[in-house]
Amino acid sequence: MRVAEDLNAALHRLMDHDPGLYVLGEDVLDPYGGAFKITRGLSTRFPDRVLTTPISESAITGVAAGLALSGDRAIVEIMFGDFAALAFDQLMNFAAKSVSMYGTRVPMRMVVRCPVGGGRGYGPTHSQSPQKHFVGIPGLALYEVSPFHDNLAVFEEMLWRGEPCVLFEDKVLYTRPMHAVEPPFSVERAGGVARVFLDDQPDCVIVAPGGVAHRVLAAMRSLLLEEEIVATLLVPSRLYPFDADIPAARRVFVVEESTGGGTWGAEVAHLVHQRHWDRLDGPVTLIHSADSVIPTAAHLEREVLVDAAAIHRVIRKVIRG
Amino acid sequence: MTSVLDRAAAPSRLDDADLSLMLLIRAFELKLLDLYGRGLLNGTTHTCLGQEHVPVAMGPLLGPADHVFSNHRGHGHYLARFQDPEGLLAEIMGREGAVCGGVGGSQHIRRDRYLSTGVQGESLPVAAGVALHLKRAEPGGLACVYIGDGTFGEGAVYEALNIIALWRLPVLVVVENNGIAQSTPRGTHMAGTIGGRAAAFGIGHALVEGFDLAAIRGRLGPLVARVRQGTPLVAEFVTHRLGPHSKGDDTRTARELQEAREGDWLGRYRAAHRDQVDRLEHEARAWVDAVAEEVAARPPSRWTSS
Repeated sequence: MRVAEDLNAALHRLMDHDPGLYVLGEDVLDPYGGAFKITRGLSTRFPDRVLTTPISESAITGVAAGLALSGDRAIVEIMFGDFAALAFDQLMNFAAKSVSMYGTRVPMRMVVRCPVGGGRGYGPTHSQSPQKHFVGIPGLALYEVSPFHDNLAVFEEMLWRGEPCVLFEDKVLYTRPMHAVEPPFSVERAGGVARVFLDDQPDCVIVAPGGVAHRVLAAMRSLLLEEEIVATLLVPSRLYPFDADIPAARRVFVVEESTGGGTWGAEVAHLVHQRHWDRLDGPVTLIHSADSVIPTAAHLEREVLVDAAAIHRVIRKVIRG
Repeated sequence: MTSVLDRAAAPSRLDDADLSLMLLIRAFELKLLDLYGRGLLNGTTHTCLGQEHVPVAMGPLLGPADHVFSNHRGHGHYLARFQDPEGLLAEIMGREGAVCGGVGGSQHIRRDRYLSTGVQGESLPVAAGVALHLKRAEPGGLACVYIGDGTFGEGAVYEALNIIALWRLPVLVVVENNGIAQSTPRGTHMAGTIGGRAAAFGIGHALVEGFDLAAIRGRLGPLVARVRQGTPLVAEFVTHRLGPHSKGDDTRTARELQEAREGDWLGRYRAAHRDQVDRLEHEARAWVDAVAEEVAARPPSRWTSS
């Protein structure tokens, strides 16, 4: 099953099981079913609870917060994750703060889904990975879709968390298969973290969210074959608050598609330094896209976005010198 | 769509209970400015001096099952709904018994179906969501949102009004049009009119002047009943902000301040009904004095964040 189909199936199951769950977004009705077809079929089955909206990201997110305040659940689709910036006030100042700013805990069960990332030529305002802009907001949890995490379970975790959540969905994942790892690598999941590994003791650990996992795996394969560098990949489902057991290794890398500057990876690196500084050979290395807008032309976009070759190059340089 | 309640030359006599509540809010706000002046309060606050009659007028039009969304200038809205100066002052002073543990302070209060927040216009989309829930789960209920004329500069207002009208949500927007947004007069911050903006969305608009509460309720009652059936309404109260925006930040000219004072309901009402005002004002002030003394003596509020 492909990631998009898994997401769609998860939404169908959720809507089926939870009569208090709403799905809101622009152009989510059938036959269109959302710009990336993740909501396909939902409005036909649940016409009362799948609401197509005006182009109003702030209001849609606020409506979801109102439903959550009333004890309902809501999933919002932002057509392109870039537009979550238009909902930033509702997320940061209302939904997330409402969890705690009234003195007692107010559960806010809502998820804002954000298709993100480049590689498809959509240009500067439709290709960003805005995860970093949402890191560190009290009461707001960030998740990212990965091929190794069952989306139904991730949605259930988010909706029962009692805090608003943003789910980032790298667009290049939609057409990729779920759970696929080629030999000699194996994958297993513990808690919310998927681990892709070899039986050998790893030379390094790579932490990367789901959207770049396949690029990291390609780099891990070439590093193994060409350099005999053994790497373990950790793919957390929840990006923030971040928590993962880092296997013993002397080098740690964080890979993400966000452009450089104030990244999620910097937050991960800080945590790893706090916990494991004594066993590391050096600082955690951040690998990300260039500090740049995302160009539209394919050759220019390739220069900016992080890819398997860049991951390979940086890891080889750090480990081999 | 627009209706006008003319100012009565000699204000009609108010019910004792209504006047007491209006005077309680007045006394509470004056006490806050006094406490600030003496350095006894943290941060800032926005008093509703001059606007006390608006939430009191709305009181009987709203039921306990309705949701009320207030804003940065919300003490009157809270007191009109709960008549709880102790809890509110404890919240503002960070003392035991604070409604929200002292976390929210003056601008961020939640109790039962009452909620305030400090970002202009932010609550309108949220109220739309709550109204969507009410429409389906508790038909006949409504969400009432208090905003000011300055809030009409925010895009969230229009996104929400569009959805409220499209989905026929039971939302009542009460506008306290005091003619000034912090220090910016309406002529500098608003093109056109509030009624015109409501009309753009096909939403009904009622213009309310004066403070004849019985007349206001009689006029708004049927319109609020229609809100409950899914016909949203913008009720615009023409009012005056007597005090500064927050503590001491009033840049209005002496003449403008004089005009605000001349428009104040209390001065005009006192001229016509001095005995009633004197009697009830004394009671309200005595109550607030006692509350302030008692609350100030309480230990600090406690809060565990998780």
